[in-house]
Parts: sequence; structure tokens; C-alpha cells
Amino acid sequence: MRTDQTWSRVLHVDLESGRSHVLQFGSRAEHLGGSGLAAALYSRYGLLDAPALDPRQPLIFAVGPLTGLFPLMSKTVCGFRSPYTGEWAESHAGGRLALSLRFAGYDALMVTGAARGLSALIVGARTVDLHDVAYLRGADVFSTGKYLRRFGRESSGHRSCIRIGPAGEQGISYACINVDSFRHFGRLGAGAVMGAKNLKGIVVLGDGSYRLPEGKAYPKLMRELYKDITGTDKMRKYHDLGTPANLTALNGLNALPWNNLQKTTDERIDGISGETFADRFLLRQTACAGCPVGCIHIGLLRQQFASDHEFLYKQVSYDYESIFSQGTMLGLTDGSDVLALLDETEKLGLDCMSSGVALAWVAEAVEKGVITERETLVPIRFGEVQGFMEALRHIAMGSNEFYRTLGTGALKAADVYGGAEYACVLGQEMAGYATGEVFFVAQAYGFRHSHLDSGGYAWDQSSKEKDARKAVDFLVDDEYKRILINCMVSCMFARATYGPERIAECLASVGLTDLADGLETAGRAVQALRWKLKFDTGFDVDAVRIPKRYTEVVTWKGAIDTTYMDAVRTTYAAAIRELAASGQPMSGSEDA
Amino acid sequence: MKVLRAGRMERCIGCHSCSLACARLVHGRLSWNTAGIRIASAGGLSTGFEAHLCVACDPAPCAAACPSGSLVQRAGGGVTVDRDLCIRCGKCASACPVDAIYMDPEEQYPYLCLHCGRCVAFCPHGCIALEDVDARRPGSRGGDVDGEVPDAY
Ligand code: SF4
Ligand code: SF4
Ligand code: SF4
Repeated sequence: MRTDQTWSRVLHVDLESGRSHVLQFGSRAEHLGGSGLAAALYSRYGLLDAPALDPRQPLIFAVGPLTGLFPLMSKTVCGFRSPYTGEWAESHAGGRLALSLRFAGYDALMVTGAARGLSALIVGARTVDLHDVAYLRGADVFSTGKYLRRFGRESSGHRSCIRIGPAGEQGISYACINVDSFRHFGRLGAGAVMGAKNLKGIVVLGDGSYRLPEGKAYPKLMRELYKDITGTDKMRKYHDLGTPANLTALNGLNALPWNNLQKTTDERIDGISGETFADRFLLRQTACAGCPVGCIHIGLLRQQFASDHEFLYKQVSYDYESIFSQGTMLGLTDGSDVLALLDETEKLGLDCMSSGVALAWVAEAVEKGVITERETLVPIRFGEVQGFMEALRHIAMGSNEFYRTLGTGALKAADVYGGAEYACVLGQEMAGYATGEVFFVAQAYGFRHSHLDSGGYAWDQSSKEKDARKAVDFLVDDEYKRILINCMVSCMFARATYGPERIAECLASVGLTDLADGLETAGRAVQALRWKLKFDTGFDVDAVRIPKRYTEVVTWKGAIDTTYMDAVRTTYAAAIRELAASGQPMSGSEDA
Repeated sequence: MKVLRAGRMERCIGCHSCSLACARLVHGRLSWNTAGIRIASAGGLSTGFEAHLCVACDPAPCAAACPSGSLVQRAGGGVTVDRDLCIRCGKCASACPVDAIYMDPEEQYPYLCLHCGRCVAFCPHGCIALEDVDARRPGSRGGDVDGEVPDAY
């Protein structure tokens, strides 16, 4: 196999007909890969007018032209119509999936249709098989993983195993797809899309290999980048305490959301700081395949399950966002409580951020008497883990009308039951940055409604002036740079290494000179196409809401300046509208 | 004579940098299979990862099984490989007691560790090292990797 084709090699599996095809799709010089490839595929195969959970909608897993070739090029983009927003969406994950897809020989796997019974899809360089797995109906993410790993054993290569839990089968709007136990396509409900296809899991066998790009440029650049990434201190923080190091930092800045963002700092931070997690719980770090950094922190949760000395232990991955959403947001200050909740969330196959932040809203709504135990079925109070534990299961199973509504999002539940002013939702349940005006707008309006769309939180921290134009120019340009990274597809932690020039150099070194030469044009076109698809699938930039709670936040800079926030909102909305209007179809989008 | 040992696998983070480096630098491939060292999650009671690689037998059952003279006993353990002589029968892979030989399903060539040490610098956690064969002989100190994590270059 070669790495320098001009088109993308896409495996399309239609579960409805049971047929599959290898497509030579579009032009890599236009769509690049990852985010751009997923968007180009959706333009061609997606159904703009059908709902997100219509089984005919494509579910796409795309890697990029540099996947496997350079360090930290280790992520996969999942493209899908979100049941949460109804719109075209992306979620990104690491694990072994990116390298498995690359070595299976595909730039993307696209699944359409629904299987007749609950199924598992096995794909590889020489394999496309669908297995009936009716026995896994309702099975949790971990036991599903154990069963699915039995597939593809005969191919001695490395594999990736992605799967959904009960939440995905139930179609919960923030059900995730678990990737290799510790990583996730977490946000915006990709798990429900997979569930709607009757697809419990996918095993990707990375059992092919490629000829290396010719010439001296590639080995030379590879060596240089590897040295740059591992030889310097750049990546140390990600491996050492990992992202949880931010807990103490943001708490100190009055920028860490606590108790449903009723406050932004709390002196009890020590119980769940990154240092405490490292000292008390850290079992080991692990890495995504192809990344020498190893930022995945696995905590050891030891639980007594009977009197006498009867213990069991579990390995639970943790990071900043999960400790924020299922820790500080819920008023929990003991790390083992947080790990217990995260373990339950993992098993159920829920997105930890959305489920945690949604439960934080429940706790405040109960506190204020807006909802009662009639709705919640169990007592829910800040600081008490047991209620949250049971509520997670109720969300995943859709136990009653209240939980079914909550499973579509906290703000939607608040619109029905009351308490919308304090639903911490910015497009979807918030990420853990109460840094100020620009971040709130960036998440509420952002393409993925994610803190990873652009560095709005960083702008809040570094910019001294309140200039909406400058802030929005930064957001748009930073999004463009991140899109290039998401087209390759690199981990965001390497964004300092993989700037636009570096990416072009990498592409040229592996013989993809046309991609390198037209990188900026292609990147801007992908940016516009993504926005166009978001608008075409229902995004109304004038309907974006920023709940009242965000105007009450007090950070290290003082109270939120609502005039400034409004200025950033209108300026960003106009910029987004312009981007969407300039979106053009790409090669491959014409009818076959 | 030196051999590659994976003596510190409890430090491994499963990044596959070693396999990718061997495939790239020794075998000219982009792959994590066509390499002398391959990493798998340990599973079961142990956590973390284990390395599949040649343990440097002396005498080497793979060389004894090889009908073409492609695999020849290497002084100090393991084998040397002459690709041109290989008839792609796969007998070496069946003979290896530790599954250290990967038979590539496309070209049917065996891939195994040649104990060259080029992967060592790519391991960010010092899990693997080239060691003197003598270090494993009775009466010697044993094959410890020192605590240093080597720089990539
Ligand atoms: S390849 Fe296997 S049989 Fe041959 S020397 Fe190495 S461990 Fe022994
Ligand atoms: S010592 Fe050489 S042949 Fe063996 S695994 Fe390392 S790079 Fe490959
Ligand atoms: S390079 Fe080191 S840490 Fe990475 S997989 Fe190989 S042995 Fe493990």
C-alpha cells in the first residue's frame, strides 16, 4: 500500500443491504483528511433533511494524511449528525483507532443503514465481517469490550475496539462511543447514532503495512520532530500530573466551576487536585498508539464490597474535564467519589462532561425546589455521591419522563421544568473554564461547542483589552489552525509543534506536495464547509443562548462585563454567518 | 555480543514508538506489525503492556527449522537473516517458542528482531535496552537496565 494517493481510500459499509465498497473518494488536495474528509463525505452521502438518528445518516471515522507517519498523529475524527443539536458534528478520540484504521489501509470508515439485529462490525486490511451479537444487548462498555476482543484474534496484528454501552442503545443524546477502554468520542451523542444503527461495536484490525515514503526528507523530519517532542520539556506536563494540574491553577484564578457554577473557587480543592490524584490514585500512565507522551492517567479505585476484608479494584481514567464535571461541579471533594462516578459513567457509555454538568443542574434545581424527588427518584444533593451514582443509571436507562428529558440535555429539561437561568449549557453542557466572556461565547457559538474549537479560554487569560473585533479575529484564525491539525489528524496537545508551516513541511516530506502547496486554501475551504454543513443541518446562529448564570460569574478579573460579552456575541455570529455563506462543495460531492 | 532485552516493561505506556521505529528504520515499512518488537496489552491479572520479541535463543530453534539457510545462528543468541534465501515457508515462526516471529500475511516474509538496538532511543521510558549477553550468564549481576531514560538522540 502507498501513502501518497491523490484521493482518500474510504471503506463504506451499508448495514441495511449488508454490502460494502472501497471508495476512491474525492481529492485529498481539497479535503485534506480527518475533519475535511468527514465533511466532504457528509456532503455527498448525508441526508440534510432527515433527523440525526435516521439510520441512513452516515457515521464516519476519518484519519488524515499524516496518521502514523509522525508522532502524536494519533487521533480519529468521528463525523455524524448529532442527536443533541440535530446538526452536523464532530467528536475526536485517540486510543489505537487511528493507527488501526491507517494500517487497515483506510483514510475513513463510513457506516450507513441499520443492521437487522444488534451487530458488531469487524474491518481490516483483508476483512469486512458483520457478526450478530444479540447476546450483548444492554451489556456495559467493559464486558462488551471483553467479548468484542475475541473477534479478529486470528489476524495477529494490533486492533482497536470501539463500542457503546446501554446509553447508546437507548439513544441518549449524550451517549458516547468508547474507544479502547480509556478514550472516547464523548460529546454530542455519537453513541446514540451508533445505537440507531444497531451497531454495538466495531473492531478495526491494523493488519496491513505501507511502503515508506521515498527520499531522505521524511526520515530526517521524523527524527527532528521526535526529538523536539520527546527531548524537550514541552510535553512533560501532560505526562506528569496531566491536565488535572489545571484544577489548582483554575481554582486559584477563580475560574473553576463549582456546584453548578454557583462559585468559581473553593478552599476544599486539595481533596481533588491533580497532585492528590497523582499521589493517592495514579496507577500508571498510558498512551495513544503513535504518541510517546503518554497523557492518559489511570487511577486505581479500590472498593470494599463486603464486610471483612473483601476488596475489588478498578482502573479508571481521569483528566481535568472529568474531574471538573463529575467532581467540582457536583460539590464532591473526595477523589475516590469522583473515580467511582467516572467508572459508572464509563460502563453506561455516557459522556462524562454532559452527564456531570446535567446532574449539577439537577442538584441546584432540587435545592431551589424546582424539581423534587418525584422527578429525580433518588435524593440528589451537592456533595453526596450516592444520589449521583444512581441518577447516572436513570439517565442512561431513561427511567422516567424526567430522566428521558434530561437525557436530551440540561437546558431542554430546564425549559420544561424550570431553572433555565442556571442550566450550565453553552451549545451543550459546559467545559470547565469559567474564564470569562470570550470563552462563554466561543463555546456557545463554536462548531463543536467544545473548549477545543478555539482557544477562547486562553484569550480570556492573556488579553488585557476588551476589543470584540480582535477577540473574534483570534477565534476565527485559531479555529482555522486547529482545523488543519484536525485534518491531519494530530492530538491537540501537539498544537505548538504542528503549526501550518510545519504541517506543510510534513506533507511535502511524504510526497504530498500538492497538499502542502495548497494547505491554506484547503484549510480555509474546510473551515467554511464545516460551518455551511452546520447551518444546512439546522444551526440557527440567532437562536444561540447564554443562560443568565454566565452573567453572574465572578472571575479573577471581577464580574462578567455583559456589554463586552454581547459585542463578542454579535461580532462572532456575523463572522460565522459569513464563513458558512462562503462554503463550497468539494470534489466527490457530486452525485455518483 | 549484545542483545535487545525488554527488561522494564512495567514502565511501558503502550505508545508503539519502538515497533514503529523498527518497522521504519530496519524494515523500511510504515507498520506496527512488520517489526522485531511488538507491544500488546498484558490483560489478565497484570496491567500494562508486554513486548513480543526474540529472546535470543542459543541454540535457536528457528534457525534449526529453517530449510533455506536464511536464518543462521547468531553468536550470543538469536539469528541473522538473509532475506534473499528465504522461501517463505513459515517454519521458523512455528518453531519459535515465544511467538517472536511475525509472518507478514501479504508477502509471507518473517519479521524478527536482529538485536541492532535502533529502537532503543525511541522508547520514552527506558523499557528496552541493548545488553551484553554475558550479563545473563550464571554468576553475573543480571540484566538490569539502568534507571536512566535515554534521550532519543
Ligand atoms: S526468533 Fe524465536 S526461536 Fe528464533 S532465536 Fe528468537 S526467540 Fe528463539
Ligand atoms: S533491536 Fe533492531 S531489529 Fe530488534 S526490535 Fe529493535 S530495531 Fe528492531
Ligand atoms: S517505545 Fe517503550 S513505552 Fe513505547 S511501547 Fe515500546 S517499550 Fe513501551
